Amino acid sequence: MLNPRLPDGTRLEISLTVNGAARTIHAYPMTRLLDVLREELNLTGTKEGCGEGECGSCSILMDGFLVNSCLIPALQANGTSIVTIEGLANDNRLHPLQKAFLECGAAQCGICTPGMILAALHLLDKIPQPSLDEIREGLSGNLCRCTGYFQIFEAVAKLSRNGVAD
Amino acid sequence: MRFCAYCEGVKLTESEETIIGTSVPRKEGRDKVTGAARYVDDIRLPGMLYGATVRSKIARGKIKRISFSPEIDWNEYVIATAKDVPGKNCIALILDDQPCLVDGVINHPEEPVVLIAHPDKHALAKAVEGVVIESDPLPAIYSMEGSEKQSEIIWGTDNIFKSFLIEKGDVDRVWAEADFIVEGEYFTGAQEHLYIENNGMIAVFDSVAGVTVWGSLQCPFYVHKALMALCGLPEEKIRVVQLETGGAFGGKEEYPSMIAGHASILAMKSGRPVKIVYDRLEDMVATTKRHPSRTRHRTALRKDGKILGGEIDFTIDGGAYATLSSVVLSRGTIHAGGPYLWPSVRIRSKAVATNTPPHGAFRGFGAPQSLFAMERHMDRIAKIVGLSPVEIRRRNFLQPGQTTTTEQVIREPINLSDLLDKSLAHASYKAKKENFARENKTSSIKKGMGIAAFLHGAGFTGSGERYLDSVVGMEGTADGSVRILVSSTEFGQGTNTVLCQIAAEALGIPYESVTIAQADTTIVPNSGPTVASRTAMIVGNLVRSAAIGLKQTLQLDGTLKKTFKPAEFGAACRKYVAEKGLLRSLARYNSPEGVYWDDVTYKGEAYAAYAWAVYVAEVSVDLTTYAAKVENFVALQEIGKVLHPVLAEGQIIGGIAQAIGLALYEKVLWQNGRMLNGQMTNYIMPASCDLPPIRVVFEEIGNPHGAYGAKGIGELPMDGPAPAILNAIVDALGVPFDSIPLLPEDILEAITRRVQSRQQITSPQESPC
Amino acid sequence: MRANPTEYELVAPGTLQEALALHASEPGSWLPIAGGTDLMVLYAAGRLQSRKLISIAALRELRNIEVASAEVRVGAGCTYTDLRQHPVITKEFPLLARAAAWTGGIANQNRGTLGGNIANASPAGDSLPVLLAYDADLILVSASGERRIPYRTFHTGYKKTLLAPDELIHSICMPRNLSGYKCYARKVGARNAQAISKVFLAAMVRISNATIKDIRLAAGSVGPVPIRLAGTERALAGQPINDSLLELAGKVMAEEIQPIDDIRSTAGYRTVVLRNLLGEFLQSLPGARFAS
Repeated sequence: MLNPRLPDGTRLEISLTVNGAARTIHAYPMTRLLDVLREELNLTGTKEGCGEGECGSCSILMDGFLVNSCLIPALQANGTSIVTIEGLANDNRLHPLQKAFLECGAAQCGICTPGMILAALHLLDKIPQPSLDEIREGLSGNLCRCTGYFQIFEAVAKLSRNGVAD
Repeated sequence: MRFCAYCEGVKLTESEETIIGTSVPRKEGRDKVTGAARYVDDIRLPGMLYGATVRSKIARGKIKRISFSPEIDWNEYVIATAKDVPGKNCIALILDDQPCLVDGVINHPEEPVVLIAHPDKHALAKAVEGVVIESDPLPAIYSMEGSEKQSEIIWGTDNIFKSFLIEKGDVDRVWAEADFIVEGEYFTGAQEHLYIENNGMIAVFDSVAGVTVWGSLQCPFYVHKALMALCGLPEEKIRVVQLETGGAFGGKEEYPSMIAGHASILAMKSGRPVKIVYDRLEDMVATTKRHPSRTRHRTALRKDGKILGGEIDFTIDGGAYATLSSVVLSRGTIHAGGPYLWPSVRIRSKAVATNTPPHGAFRGFGAPQSLFAMERHMDRIAKIVGLSPVEIRRRNFLQPGQTTTTEQVIREPINLSDLLDKSLAHASYKAKKENFARENKTSSIKKGMGIAAFLHGAGFTGSGERYLDSVVGMEGTADGSVRILVSSTEFGQGTNTVLCQIAAEALGIPYESVTIAQADTTIVPNSGPTVASRTAMIVGNLVRSAAIGLKQTLQLDGTLKKTFKPAEFGAACRKYVAEKGLLRSLARYNSPEGVYWDDVTYKGEAYAAYAWAVYVAEVSVDLTTYAAKVENFVALQEIGKVLHPVLAEGQIIGGIAQAIGLALYEKVLWQNGRMLNGQMTNYIMPASCDLPPIRVVFEEIGNPHGAYGAKGIGELPMDGPAPAILNAIVDALGVPFDSIPLLPEDILEAITRRVQSRQQITSPQESPC
Repeated sequence: MRANPTEYELVAPGTLQEALALHASEPGSWLPIAGGTDLMVLYAAGRLQSRKLISIAALRELRNIEVASAEVRVGAGCTYTDLRQHPVITKEFPLLARAAAWTGGIANQNRGTLGGNIANASPAGDSLPVLLAYDADLILVSASGERRIPYRTFHTGYKKTLLAPDELIHSICMPRNLSGYKCYARKVGARNAQAISKVFLAAMVRISNATIKDIRLAAGSVGPVPIRLAGTERALAGQPINDSLLELAGKVMAEEIQPIDDIRSTAGYRTVVLRNLLGEFLQSLPGARFAS
């Protein structure tokens, strides 16, 4: 009893770039990208909150676009370039957005934080100086139960004030 | 652009100045923003199995037979039922009435009956479906009214978990003297915590070391106590470790004991590590929610609006088992009179049983329910007496020297009228009321202003803190830094940061020189549960005492001079540890002098301190969609000393956001005792586009019982928003609303009903709002 | 996650032709998946019946927006983000751009496709009433050829469509002759963003001399399929805009919708609010004469 009986043979080789590094993994085509990142690549900074694309905790960037990694089959990620929260800090130096989150109290329990930061990064990439309404819209797919959002808005606005250059 | 008043305060550099009152960086913040923080689902152990729970599905009945689908190879699975419980089959808490696994009788539709585990987590869902529980259904009860009728006795002898009676003065005499008698009935619904991290636990069993669990939780020693009973193991053979916890709000106070129990049973049976992590649906439907409530007020008033006395009847729905209902009821009962002087009052309350999953701890813990009723009732009183909502409150506010409903004397120099005036000024209340009265006549968007004044007691109720007997430890370490030892947990609110601030301040050393140990029951003493807004105030004070003790040890020993520089403290620690070994100080809770509480009569000092607040909501209702929207919000509160402005503001805004959800969005739909909308797509919490600008204002009187004058603040912001918002909607529409959540469908229905009743009555009668 | 990935097949053909050939080889047994914003939700809940899926997310052929003189043809694989960003869509078909902006959060807009919204056939799909109001046609394609049908005939019952087992939605065609129309769309959801609609109204009208010359009304979440309110349109056409017209429209409208009580709202609410939305639209028109 209890022998892991994982049928293989149906696993596919999937190649992708993750945080700048080329990676090749073997996964079932319908394995969620979220699980690939967390379990195959051990990048557990990407979180699962709802598993149905509502909460945004699993947000990552795929080819520059913000996506919910819980809604992406591994096969559809083949050949793409992925950025996760682990890819932001550079040589142990925090990304300015991470720093702004710390300074403004934008991270409380921290579980929505990785997805929220990537949503904010995506927003600032598309709209470098967003209005409050644009910040609200840009983060509307990322639920936070702790902060009531305003300290997060403040962190995003702070970065837009300061410019994003590291 | 500035959205928060206190955000500029964070100092990322080492501070030479006072540490208390400044916004130092969150201790575990860096790990949280880089994704390095490890939550339970981020941990995998070698050989680990994944566990799942097979639940009862029916609300009440007797199990006849459990069968296993022949389509599944059950040899691959570990299976556990009630007969596999090594110790006592219960979740030990206050009463031991809730089984860990159903043994015979089912009492709600999400009760755990069978546990299964498998090395491949994807092999679980189908297997859960493959376990068939056959049972004979029994009649079930789904409402408080049904429970009160006692047509079926589903718990104890009368379906009542607990009841309280508070009596002050002689309420039976006030009715004859009254110029007005005002009655009202108010309802609040269940609310899901919706922490973004679902519940989860990992258990490991070793025949020598015993059971260890790691997980997402608020109260390590609650889990510890439950596992001792369940596993039949002595204290030293149970170890509970809190991992980073992704939100809790009370939702991880008692239920983690259940999941830890399940994981432990499977680990003991299989001999392998077992992880159980709920998915969102399971977490929403099976774990606790805020207690639904019904409050009835009957109040006697003089014509000048002064309260002569009244009766308050407060009932909460506890669900199928006692769990924490008695203490939730207690807090709700004590807060039921609000921040007002009641010369005479009789408060009766009870928690009743229904066949739904047990309701549990949720930020505010009964107070948001009874205060919602009180504050809606004040507006109803104002209308009938013919005073403004402002004036009726002003005339009845508690003042220093007066007593609360439990006859606790207000000793601090609180001036509620002053708080009220300030919050009205911040909200431009008067000008807006006048504008809205004019604009509403022609607009299809009706606007209104609403107030709520309230208080929240910090720490355990009555003698609770004395029974808890909390202990805090502190160590000087070989590298010269200091480590705090507490079972108080971090789940976003800032425990780690604030306790380290207090220690650093007390020792006169930099914040960066203080760390806090992981909450591991083999390392930390029991400083009590992380609940009841008690951590900063009560545990914080013990941290301060422990720090002073540590310093004295070094000074008495001669290792440290009377006055010293931070570097000298570090050197003294290093020297002491090198020469003498362990450098540790413990502090134990002492109840303040002269504090009196009677558990039987419910009289005396219910809380060591109260935080006070006046909130003002500005609301619009769009008569095209009947949607109410909070346009602006002012939250003014007196919370003793603000230890960390950014964290404090974050607690207030976050609490208000949850309370706006409670008021206008979050509705649990029930069918036969089961939640129907257990998904984030159909249980609606406020998102980034739904919240108004929130102006947070702190007043600081101080508190002799709290660390550096702090009072508890975590729960306070949950109490006021819902009544303030409903009062504003009533102001906007002139239609009374006494039930939350208040959805657009409810507003439409009330307006339609009012139009219909107007058409029936030739001379329209104003119903009192 | 309640699904077992080992039980599912997913293939990603490189070209539309290959996808159609596979689809034709076993008609009805392959389910196309594009952005996954609907299907992956079902999948994770353990409720996705199809075990074989064809990924069409990367098919370039389905991602064009072609601007011809008489119409704009939107590839079924265009995402909501594509729609929001396209200059001709935002200028000439603003209701579609708005509906795209109201669909989910940004992450879902980056993945969800217009064709997916149509094929998913939810009565609450945000872009669907808008396509009805724009009198869109669909081009359906299979290995044996393509056909063009009016979109308003596409939904035949709750989650039932005219799509044959071997067909894909290729593109959505919207006629460009819309100058002179006033347009309106409003989604009523449980919150301001990231919500499923309780009621949706899309409307277009051409007016002259304060009289309705042509009106198109389409509603979502008030019946088993998104619908054109043909009876209401007939009742309003040729009429001057005033109170009695609004009352008449409300009555006719109530008869041609079939709203239900469900987990998101009530039939009563949907009926009243849809009428209010129509009222809001009519009242905003030039020449409208209303008492209140």
